[in-house]
Amino acid sequence: MIRVKGLRKSFGRQAVLNGVDLEVPDGSITIIIGRSGGGKSVFLKHLIGLLRPDSGSIEVGGVDLARLRGRALDEVRRRYGVVFQSGALFDSMSCRDNVAFPLREKLRLSRADIAARVERALDQVGLAGVGDKYPEEVSGGMRKRVAIARALVTEPEIVFFDEPTTGLDPVLVNTIHRLILELHRRLHFTAVMVSHEIPEIFEIADRVGMLHEGRIVELGPPADIQGSSNPIVQQFIRGEPEARA
Amino acid sequence: MTDPAVAPALRPLEGLGGRAIWIVESLGRFGSFLGQAAAAMVTPPFKLWPLLGRIHYIGFRSLLIILLTGSFTGMVLGLQIFLTLSRFGSEAFLGPAVALSLIRELGPVLAALMVTGRAGSALTAELGIMRITEQIDALTVMALSPMRYLVAPSILAGVITFPLMTALFDVVGIFGGYLVGVELLGLSEGTYFGEMQTFVDLADVMTGFWKSISFGVLVTWVCTYKGFHVARGAEGVAQATTQAVVLSSVLILVWDYFLGTVLP
Repeated sequence: MIRVKGLRKSFGRQAVLNGVDLEVPDGSITIIIGRSGGGKSVFLKHLIGLLRPDSGSIEVGGVDLARLRGRALDEVRRRYGVVFQSGALFDSMSCRDNVAFPLREKLRLSRADIAARVERALDQVGLAGVGDKYPEEVSGGMRKRVAIARALVTEPEIVFFDEPTTGLDPVLVNTIHRLILELHRRLHFTAVMVSHEIPEIFEIADRVGMLHEGRIVELGPPADIQGSSNPIVQQFIRGEPEARA
Repeated sequence: MTDPAVAPALRPLEGLGGRAIWIVESLGRFGSFLGQAAAAMVTPPFKLWPLLGRIHYIGFRSLLIILLTGSFTGMVLGLQIFLTLSRFGSEAFLGPAVALSLIRELGPVLAALMVTGRAGSALTAELGIMRITEQIDALTVMALSPMRYLVAPSILAGVITFPLMTALFDVVGIFGGYLVGVELLGLSEGTYFGEMQTFVDLADVMTGFWKSISFGVLVTWVCTYKGFHVARGAEGVAQATTQAVVLSSVLILVWDYFLGTVLP
């Protein structure tokens, strides 16, 4: 269980998070939606320990991440897999080495075990046979899939996705979403995703939270969010332009 | 940002104070960065492959530029010092004059400036691109220290390669001076090398050695720091690369003066 309470963060005098409260049940797919620049990625960076909050707590398995540093923070991160918006693949390594990297560096496994797990991970994301290519040699969709394989190869308990379908065409968006859902069913990880792919995310989410002006203004199953009476939620879902003053 | 509560007359003072705090904070971050890198260097697990990769990147790939600049520096020194000494009838001292200039000053300084231009700028750009494409964040969230994988190997490689590059620069420079002084201007080979043995002692060699080690730390420290803290996309990378090269070059010359006053 991830439990976020009263999370606040400001950059200079600009408040980005204004007291975010959120609970993510184990094994669920929770998707945070909201307008661009609304603090979704900042929120996610707090969950993965890249930013420290001004106040509030982020409990992961009963431990407050906001109070941890150094090795203690790394211990929590060992349970994580993260898929970055850009993929964040190491461009000096082949796709295979990218996937193998966390196994080589984090776990004590034999070369044969690493090779087997890497091939399995690449196969799971439909990329068997492209391991020797470098990230710059494959398409945007393939890069996202390599990033997903790298995030999942260590079999993490919690996986964070930062807008994993940004910049992809609608077909690839659905392919990536379906892949995430399939891998979730198979591996049973807890997923937290930041996205603004409406309505596609309603098909894969267990719970959807709407982040607006630094707060979660609505949280619930996809059907509840779609039927929400909150005008901010409805405006976002329908993609209605803002009324001019 | 100006605080509206501050009286207008005190605003220049507020700006000055803000600037002073920013400078102290930046120096603190700069120092703490080196401290973290040093801690990563001396605590296991040690990363041999990244270190070898950096030695190849900073050292081996700078060989050509070092050979080229070293030989021409020696040739220019040989020519100019010969012309100066010949006015006093002291051409015999060409060998020691070229050797001492190179070993004590020009070797460490010019080799460091050359490696800064070739490898230091590339180091900043590489780390900067890794920062803006979230590769450094990816390492961090894998619970793997970017300091251990990216920064510490670069600084350690600087400590190892800079003295070697300097030694090479000195040797080819001395032979450049030999080429001009002996082969072109007619000084005897025995005089060139014989006087060198008389006047150049170990303290001179060690002065150049300590300088090159400190330049190795300085250049890699500045370049990795600037690359590591890049912001604002491609423009930020370009800005950081320029700053890294300029700051490294200035610090090399300033530090060289201070070391010159301290070392024998």
